Amino acid sequence: MTLPSIFDIGLVILMLGIGASAIIVRNAFAAVITFVVYGLLLSLAWVRLSAIDVALTEAAIGGGMTGMLLLGAVAPLRLAKTDGARTSLPVRLATGVLCALIAASLAIAILFPPETILTLAPTVMENLAQTGLGNPVAGVLFVFRALDTLLEKVVLLLALLGVWSLAPDSVWGGIPGLRIYARPNSTLTFLAQLLPPVGVMVAIYMCWVGAKEPGGAFQGGTILAAMWLLVIIANLKSAPSIDQSWLRLLLVFGPAIFLVIGIAGIVMANAFLAYPSGYAKPLIVVIEFALTVSIAIALAMLAAGPPERVRQQ
Amino acid sequence: MNAGTLFGLCGAALVGLGLYGLITHPEPLRKILAFNLLGSGVFLLFGVIARRSAGAGLGGDPVPQAMVITAIVVAFAATAMAVALVLRLLQETGRATLNADNPESTSTDKGNS
Repeated sequence: MTLPSIFDIGLVILMLGIGASAIIVRNAFAAVITFVVYGLLLSLAWVRLSAIDVALTEAAIGGGMTGMLLLGAVAPLRLAKTDGARTSLPVRLATGVLCALIAASLAIAILFPPETILTLAPTVMENLAQTGLGNPVAGVLFVFRALDTLLEKVVLLLALLGVWSLAPDSVWGGIPGLRIYARPNSTLTFLAQLLPPVGVMVAIYMCWVGAKEPGGAFQGGTILAAMWLLVIIANLKSAPSIDQSWLRLLLVFGPAIFLVIGIAGIVMANAFLAYPSGYAKPLIVVIEFALTVSIAIALAMLAAGPPERVRQQ
Repeated sequence: MNAGTLFGLCGAALVGLGLYGLITHPEPLRKILAFNLLGSGVFLLFGVIARRSAGAGLGGDPVPQAMVITAIVVAFAATAMAVALVLRLLQETGRATLNADNPESTSTDKGNS
């Protein structure tokens, strides 16, 4: 047995154990912390599957951002009245059998793959040279499946609209209440002063390198969002009220640039979201930088939740 | 058994675990967490399929990988929406439960009137 396979087996055992305890454990706070650890282990699994881009996204968004969002909801919900009625034992047993069956059928599908395995990898690599990009995943995201990426940004904005529209009328246009009840102590303030400059540099690097190596707008945007949230949580700077026009303009800035370049493609390259030959890489870098800003703000505002207090005039 | 199959089986087990949590947990927050676990299992299965169809000198098929990146971001957006809904429910009714049979749940609309 080689070393990588021992590592893989250990990783899978850890992931399943921690994933199961995130479901089983009684305390919601413990479950969320467990989920964050699970997210980090999962990103290791993505590295082992040679998907570095996915690993970066999973660590940043799947583990970190989702964990923070859930953590923010644990405190208010802890005081909530629950029915106290746990699902009865027969129902749980029946559910367990059902879920085991579903897992088993998925496992069978994995254990017995089809004879011919379809792949688009050669097609991607053939056409990647024309775009001037070095990262095939960025090529798929911004050239071959650019419409998916554009619509995904729209989904982020729609979700943000949904979250904001859950605010009561009285505080509409107010400041999102970050539901983190951390007492600003010296360590948190120190970290919030120390980390953001480094984080901003890492985010810009991540965005820039995304055209050639693993990285890109999503990962860079998430790091920027995390730095901003850190500053807000440490109470060094208040969250912006959602009626600020600069906030709304920056939110639509990335998708708007993407759309403008996409529409220009109809004239310049005979297809929507096509790039004129020779200009693909510079245009994609412009789109990526614009999207990074918008993604960062959208993610941070999604994590901050609906407005909860009115801005002091 | 190669690494791909091993992680594929892990993904299948995670789907089962997440689905179990989604059905049996009464608290909405735990349901959201379980749903995320289920989703990550599905992504992992997709990643294993991407790994299997590796070619042209790449470690995996970049098309499914790009789709998983999109999926992770969309899952986060949906989770944020779900958490906001649960907290709004708590604000309106003082309760955080999906049980509709409870007579207390017929609360009047305070916030938006």
